[in-house]
Amino acid sequence: MLTYTIRRLILAVPTLLFISLVIFLIVKLSPSDPTAGLPLTIPPEVREQIRQSLGVNDPVFVQYFKWLKLMVWNEPLHLIESWTGWQVGPEGPRIISYQTRSPVMDLIMQRMPQTLWVVGTSYIVGILIAVPIGVISAYRQYSIFDQVGTFISMLGFSVPTFFTGVLFIVIFAVQLGWFPSVYDTTHVVTDWDSFVVQLKQIIMPVMVLGLYNASQISRFMRASMLDNLNQDYVRTARAKGLTEKVVVLVHVLRNSMIPVVTVIALNVPSVFGGAIITEQVFKVNGIGQLLIIAIQGGDIPVVQTVSFIFAILIVLFNLLADVLYGVLDPRIRYD
Amino acid sequence: MTQRLVEHTNKERKTRTMKLRHILAGTAAAVLVPLAATADAHLTRGGSGHLNIIYWQAPSTLNPYLSGGTKEVESASLILESLARFDENGEMVPWLATEIPTVENGGVSEDLTSITWTIADGVTWSDGSPLTAEDFIFTWEYCTHPEGGCAQSSYFDGVTSVEGGDGNSLTVTFDAPTPFPYTAFVGAESPVLQAAQFADCLGARAPECTEANFGPIGTGPFVVTDFRPNDVIELVANENFRFPDRPYFASVTFKGGGDAAAAARSVLETGEFDYAWNLQIDPTILSEMEAQGNGTVVTAFGTSVERIHVNMTNPDPALGDLRSTVEGGPHPFLTNPVIGQAMSMAIDRSLIVEIGYGAGGQPTCNVLPAPEAYASTANDDCLVQDIPGAIALLDEAGIVDSDGDGIREYEGTPLRVLYQTSTNAVRQDTQALVKQWWAEIGIDAELRNIDASVFFGGDPASPDTFQKFYADVEMYTNNFAGVDPQAYMANWACSEIPGPNTQWQGSNIQRFCSEEYDALIDEMAQTADLAERGRIAMAQNDMLVQSYSIIPLVHRGGVSAHANSLGGVRMSDWDSELWNIMDWYRIPE
Repeated sequence: MLTYTIRRLILAVPTLLFISLVIFLIVKLSPSDPTAGLPLTIPPEVREQIRQSLGVNDPVFVQYFKWLKLMVWNEPLHLIESWTGWQVGPEGPRIISYQTRSPVMDLIMQRMPQTLWVVGTSYIVGILIAVPIGVISAYRQYSIFDQVGTFISMLGFSVPTFFTGVLFIVIFAVQLGWFPSVYDTTHVVTDWDSFVVQLKQIIMPVMVLGLYNASQISRFMRASMLDNLNQDYVRTARAKGLTEKVVVLVHVLRNSMIPVVTVIALNVPSVFGGAIITEQVFKVNGIGQLLIIAIQGGDIPVVQTVSFIFAILIVLFNLLADVLYGVLDPRIRYD
Repeated sequence: MTQRLVEHTNKERKTRTMKLRHILAGTAAAVLVPLAATADAHLTRGGSGHLNIIYWQAPSTLNPYLSGGTKEVESASLILESLARFDENGEMVPWLATEIPTVENGGVSEDLTSITWTIADGVTWSDGSPLTAEDFIFTWEYCTHPEGGCAQSSYFDGVTSVEGGDGNSLTVTFDAPTPFPYTAFVGAESPVLQAAQFADCLGARAPECTEANFGPIGTGPFVVTDFRPNDVIELVANENFRFPDRPYFASVTFKGGGDAAAAARSVLETGEFDYAWNLQIDPTILSEMEAQGNGTVVTAFGTSVERIHVNMTNPDPALGDLRSTVEGGPHPFLTNPVIGQAMSMAIDRSLIVEIGYGAGGQPTCNVLPAPEAYASTANDDCLVQDIPGAIALLDEAGIVDSDGDGIREYEGTPLRVLYQTSTNAVRQDTQALVKQWWAEIGIDAELRNIDASVFFGGDPASPDTFQKFYADVEMYTNNFAGVDPQAYMANWACSEIPGPNTQWQGSNIQRFCSEEYDALIDEMAQTADLAERGRIAMAQNDMLVQSYSIIPLVHRGGVSAHANSLGGVRMSDWDSELWNIMDWYRIPE
């Protein structure tokens, strides 16, 4: 198992290098200009000076290697410094955003909490709703509960979040006035009252995303449960006189979790990636919003760094999902 | 709103001449005297409590010299100030200076090569240190450093030196006579930075000063406590502000993100925010929101004009590298002004405004619609659509449909045009309408839209930029900052035509070229008298518009909204919208 993990990790290095090059070239070769968003009153000579000072005019490969060096060496050290307080951050350049002229990593760290709070909570809420619904739907297949559950999950899966988000705002913020329509990213939870405020502002984005996640996971859960419920070992368990509770929740559930865990693990990187649309709708200025603004503004260093971090997370969680199979099902071994 | 604008227009017409004198006498006093002499609690420093502002495009930095975007300039205007600002009428108001220097009061030299300002007494930075001429000198050096990439360096064009003098005086010297010397340190785009804070941030080191760029020390009414790029700014009242009773608000939250409709909703429907900026949304939706009674939509008109540029050169792809260049030869039919005139007459500008712009637009026939002293009335016939007239005009000129396909021919070339613009819902609506009107007069338009970041991106390698103009007509909005049109009208000089030899840089987009026009540009550069400058500017405007190389459509204004409980808003399109935020207050219930 350990050698397998190590082998996979080593293999990940060329993969990531290749991904970083592809991302870089796609972003770089697509037509975009960091000065395009400026008012037309700024004359072309000044725009050229701005581009010059940003280093946009350097040869593409010079830019790539500069970025790569900073990404794999300088920035991790700065990250360690900011987490631990050790003075290991090297002097010298960092990856600088074109728009803010500040280090990209600082922007990401600043936005991570909002994204983890909102998207992470919605993911957990989604799982907590989806697993029981999936289990009951499968156990009572074609019952009214199953029909209603199927209907709601189809709805949640097919209606886009930019629609449900705005619908929620119109109903709960405009008509009823229960919740704020704009997320306050500066809010700090210190006591019960401020916790209630946080709960109120987080509830709409979490529910919108949670509905979507729950719909997806509950379908997997139901399908997987159905597969297992008809297996011989279930009949054996019942024949041994085990209670239904033990049969379903211990035997069937554990075996049914394997495909569901894959889906859950593979979607975790998207938690860090934020939810571009939902973040935009509720003004939760997290990673997703950072990325979309950077794309619109031609802010290549940010686009590149954020996409590369996603790539790392996706590779890592793929590996994690593979390792989890072995834990859930002892028959699966890689050595 | 329209009523008020009309009244205001009339008022301005009366004061067209002697404008500067009027500025000095009138508005200065009016603005600087506190709004109310009573000791109401809400009109004391911090007495109005907390103010929430939403800009749906979030500021990326608070150093306007490093960005140049409107959102950065306007957010920074709460903190950083300049010597003079422009009020809602486009008139200058002394801000950090004691008065506006003119030739009459001796502030501007007789030969128009220097201007001497007097910095007001007792102005301090928010850290308590005094504002001196050194700070201005430093700001000039900061922005003109060759490696800095300063976005506002055009404000210092032609400035050869900035020097301090006796007492609090500050002299800006130009390399040539400058009839309108109110560029450096005037308006929101070129505020003064604190020399002490930015001393180590010159040139290539500018981006390293993240702390200073995100939290500049200013002389303005507010001080930054927390800046999160592209997200939110928290500010509190400046304790060292020079007016002891202001700002009336104790703190400000300046939130960014979302979209224009959501920003409008948060002010007009849910009431979470007090002020929302740039609400270019469907006019019917905006008026439905306003009808809920929580807030008011406000507009301010500057110089922005949505216009169609008509290509005077030939964009035929068969020409290869010579497409849309002077060398490639003139356009096969658009150089004939009769065709341009017919295209202009066929357009119903009022309908375009009604559908796409609402309160944020007015039909216009001028490329230079404001300030009032420079606005011509010679072309106003185009305000009324005249399709029969356009048909008659083309018929008379012998431009008729000879092969019966519904499209007229000019010397054998059918009048088919490629009509391009940036991708934007309002622009696509306008394109569809115009296409239909042109079809009615026998001109066929093929529509094309290009992503704004490419269209305005100026990448010389891309065939789709507005400068390359690989189309017959194209539509977008342009304007100029400040109130003086000299540089703007010089955009249409023959020498400004973009082409491969200039890396496609140049502002004469429609490739208009006239010796007569160039002579007017020279004349403008040597004329200081304001009335005379107005006459020249109008002549330039008329010459351009009557060449039908440019078809003005809509005079666009800024559209914002504020809560009904927010008082003191005087929205200006000539400066930051928030230029007078120190006078804003909460109306007591």
